[in-house]
Amino acid sequence: MYTHYIKRQTANYAALTISVLSAAFGIFFLFWILKDVFVFGFRAINLDFFTELPAPPGMEGGGLANAILGTLLITVLATAIGVPAGIMAGTYLSEYGRKSRMASVVRFTSDILVSAPSIVIGVFVYALLVKPLGGFSAIAGAVALAIIMLPVVVRTAEEMLKLVPDSTREAALALGAPHWKVTVHIVYRGAIRGIVTGVMLAVARVSGETAPLLFTSFNNAFWNFDMTEPTATLTVTIFNYAMGPYDDWHQKAWGAALLITAIVLLVNMISRIILRGKA
Amino acid sequence: MKDKFTIKDLNFWYGEKQALKHINLAMQDRKVTALIGPSGCGKTTFLRCLNRMHDLYPGNRYHGEILLDGRNILDKGLDLIKLRSKVGMVFQKPTPFPMSIYENIAFGLKLMGVKSKGEVSGRVEKALKDSALWDEIRDRLHEPALSLSGGQQQRLCIARAVAVEPDVILMDEPCSALDPVATAKIEDLMTELKQNYTVVIVTHNMQQAARVSEYTGFFMLGEVVEFDTTEKIFTAPSNKLTEDYITGRFG
Repeated sequence: MYTHYIKRQTANYAALTISVLSAAFGIFFLFWILKDVFVFGFRAINLDFFTELPAPPGMEGGGLANAILGTLLITVLATAIGVPAGIMAGTYLSEYGRKSRMASVVRFTSDILVSAPSIVIGVFVYALLVKPLGGFSAIAGAVALAIIMLPVVVRTAEEMLKLVPDSTREAALALGAPHWKVTVHIVYRGAIRGIVTGVMLAVARVSGETAPLLFTSFNNAFWNFDMTEPTATLTVTIFNYAMGPYDDWHQKAWGAALLITAIVLLVNMISRIILRGKA
Repeated sequence: MKDKFTIKDLNFWYGEKQALKHINLAMQDRKVTALIGPSGCGKTTFLRCLNRMHDLYPGNRYHGEILLDGRNILDKGLDLIKLRSKVGMVFQKPTPFPMSIYENIAFGLKLMGVKSKGEVSGRVEKALKDSALWDEIRDRLHEPALSLSGGQQQRLCIARAVAVEPDVILMDEPCSALDPVATAKIEDLMTELKQNYTVVIVTHNMQQAARVSEYTGFFMLGEVVEFDTTEKIFTAPSNKLTEDYITGRFG
């Protein structure tokens, strides 16, 4: 009887130790990455970094102002394309399609799309927009990012809308509300917090994408406000600079890495705060 | 006395499964009619026929006639939105909308096309007073409805149903999730409501049926075994099954 107790206690400690160690292992690398990004990144950050154009190759100084602007423009445009379409598709799945054949096809497709490598989507948009239009453009980049966002937004929107109980829908319908009013005024109201969170996570995810942008928005050493022209982004800049021959480029790449990490972290934190707020 | 609802040979199927068989009964205007019976006997199914709630889910089928003020509500061309604004419903679990107390009631009013702010707030107040909730929550009208207690939420749902001034209020076991004090308040409310509305209540609680209703229908296996005045059902039922059920021999 007593030995049983000891056995159980030992097993308990063993399991606890293993799980703590595994957690520590995972977190260790995460913090290592964060530490390096912050330590090396901070050296590159100064006012010029945010306001100046890149210096010519081999020269010291300059900044990544155009890439910061490019990342913002492309992400905003991608959000403007991907989010409304995603929310509407999610609404269809949760409020209208439900168990229909069409809905299960949409669900299946978007599940596949979630796991599609982002470079494949980059190549797809290259063939779809860049080739026919005769050049790289911010629009093509935004479309590629929007396609990456779409399935994430579709499925989170659907899941969040589904969390609103059917009894709430029934109650609204029983008051004599038409279906669309129930969806817009009641169901969205109950799910808005979750949907916003999902959208922010999707934005955070695409703002760190590089591969699809290499094929679409490409790069630009100058200011660009024309969405039909090639545009610099932070992630593509990291890619180019990190592999370049100059120390100053490496430094800038670290700075860009820090900035993009900080943005992603911030967006994630804001979405957590929204989710935690009272219902 | 005038009949509000007249049901003639109503049959209902969930897909292949027949849930109601040859229901015939009438419910009088401004009276409380209680529907009792063991679990799965079809009383809730029947109640949900009266505002065509079953239409939300595919595969459900009605056959027969449900006359509301002489008009068959199972007619193909019937406007469900109009029907549901005439026949309100209160559910087993409270179903507050994810918005403030005030907005919960204003939602229904806006649906009806009440636009003036003054009228909306006047009618919200009246509905809350009618459902005996006003004194408890007058200072918290703009707090989320979900912050209310279960009993208060249920009275809010009744207020919401009453605010749009329907003819009939259907109640599906409205007290089953509530404690005795809240239950007593809602029962008082029902007695008030029948002055102006026809009330149909499904209940598992036979004392409740006896306390609040004028008429009682006893359902079993999708059929109406007996329908009569509550007094008759509870003192001198004519059917042996009814007697066995109300004396607690089964169910």
